[in-house]
Amino acid sequence: MDSRDAVERLAREEGTRVLATLIRVTGDIDLAQDAVQDAVVRALERWPRDGVPDSPRAWITVTARRRAIDLIRREAGRAGKEAEAMSLLDPEGEPAETIRDDLLRLMFTCCHPALSSEAQVALALRTLGGLSTAEVARALLVPEPTMTKRLTRAKQKITHARIPFRVPPAQELPQRLAGVAATIYLIFNEGYTAGAGADLIRTELSAEAVRLARRLAELMPGEPTPLGLLALLLLHDARRPARLDEQGHPVLLADQDRSAWDAARIREGVELVGAALRHSPERPDPYAVQAAIAACHALAPSYAGTDWDAVISWYDVLLTVHDTPVARLNRAAAVAERDGPAAALALVDRLGGLDGYPWWHATRAELLHRLGRTEPARSACLRAVETGLSEPLAERLRRRLRA
Amino acid sequence: MPLYIALTYTGEVDWTRPEYAEGLREYAAFEEAHAAVLRGGHALYPTATATTVRVPGGGGGDPIISDGPYAETKEALTGYYLMECADLDEALAVAAEIPAARYGTIEVRPVHPSLDT
Repeated sequence: MDSRDAVERLAREEGTRVLATLIRVTGDIDLAQDAVQDAVVRALERWPRDGVPDSPRAWITVTARRRAIDLIRREAGRAGKEAEAMSLLDPEGEPAETIRDDLLRLMFTCCHPALSSEAQVALALRTLGGLSTAEVARALLVPEPTMTKRLTRAKQKITHARIPFRVPPAQELPQRLAGVAATIYLIFNEGYTAGAGADLIRTELSAEAVRLARRLAELMPGEPTPLGLLALLLLHDARRPARLDEQGHPVLLADQDRSAWDAARIREGVELVGAALRHSPERPDPYAVQAAIAACHALAPSYAGTDWDAVISWYDVLLTVHDTPVARLNRAAAVAERDGPAAALALVDRLGGLDGYPWWHATRAELLHRLGRTEPARSACLRAVETGLSEPLAERLRRRLRA
Repeated sequence: MPLYIALTYTGEVDWTRPEYAEGLREYAAFEEAHAAVLRGGHALYPTATATTVRVPGGGGGDPIISDGPYAETKEALTGYYLMECADLDEALAVAAEIPAARYGTIEVRPVHPSLDT
């Protein structure tokens, strides 16, 4: 086994666990990161020479903890923390339950609403994902010094404003959990929308988000939001192999090669949708409902063979918990397939506040085209381009209008 | 425990005017309910009463006194509370109960420990 790969893999898997506990005990994210980083560097030096230890996980944990104690002792003014830090020397280590709770605490701290969503995304990738600052910067298309500053500010705010390291109490949990889910969803979308030819680390963000959602679902097994989120991400990710054509241009759902979809991810996603909905009988979780819509598409044999009744019903449920103009626009697109373009256009035209949204204009162009209203369709297409419809999609729409 | 300051930014209010009596009662109720964490706080007279002082040239010069600043935005600094709370979550929960949160905004800042008295 290549020890460098092995160490890096272990550091990634175990580093976050060790990190979470060290942050709780030391109350210092930077110190905890330094200690874990140091343990990884030592492992990389030693293991190729002395061989990989029997329990690499324990080795990294113990080494990181010793290093943390050294760092604490070295710093003045930390006398109060020293006694607490000594508990790190306990050879038994923390019980599994405490480590689990520490990971959850870290998730809620990184996604605290007092931090900007940009800072939340960066912190989550840095601490929970175990990416280096340089990697986070590359993944989010931000210059490294900017990212360093962003992370430093966020960590200073956590320290100075005392953003607590804890799982929120029951009455705040739904809202805070929604915040964690939103951050993971943002990370997924960063990777999902990265075009062909993008840096691999950028497209890998989707996989990172799936990992984070999976971890969140494992940590909070009774909660519908993590299950719904994981289901939604898996069902979207399942379509990834068919999303781009050979030139790297996006392919619309109607035109995707369904045989290229990832059947295993679809199976898992569909099962999770069921579980998420069973866990939230009264007020369905918005992610679970969006996942249910994605599941309808994933299970349809073809675009024409889609169960549009089911899709529209799920959109009706979605509007009861997440009523946005974009959700209504997507519902109208499904209505077009079931009831025809005139019924859909009436719904689309009734929506306000989407004049700056290219998909509103593109949807109007498509519906007007289907109704044979060539001139209005052309001007809607122009508006779609003006408001930022990407060139490949605009070209596809223009081809439709010429046909 | 750390100290936080909650700065209230609202439309200008002159609390000495009788029409604000109900508002004053709301503040009294807030202060009574959160007496355990409040370490001080006051409403301020409107910005028309503000005076600016600067000592130019890095010190040594005479202080320059000027009128204002007047509020250039709709919301001005109209008051503050000092709160001693366990962490930011507790401070935010108390700040959300300040009556001004309903018609203005509250800025919550941790107080640097060197200023503790």
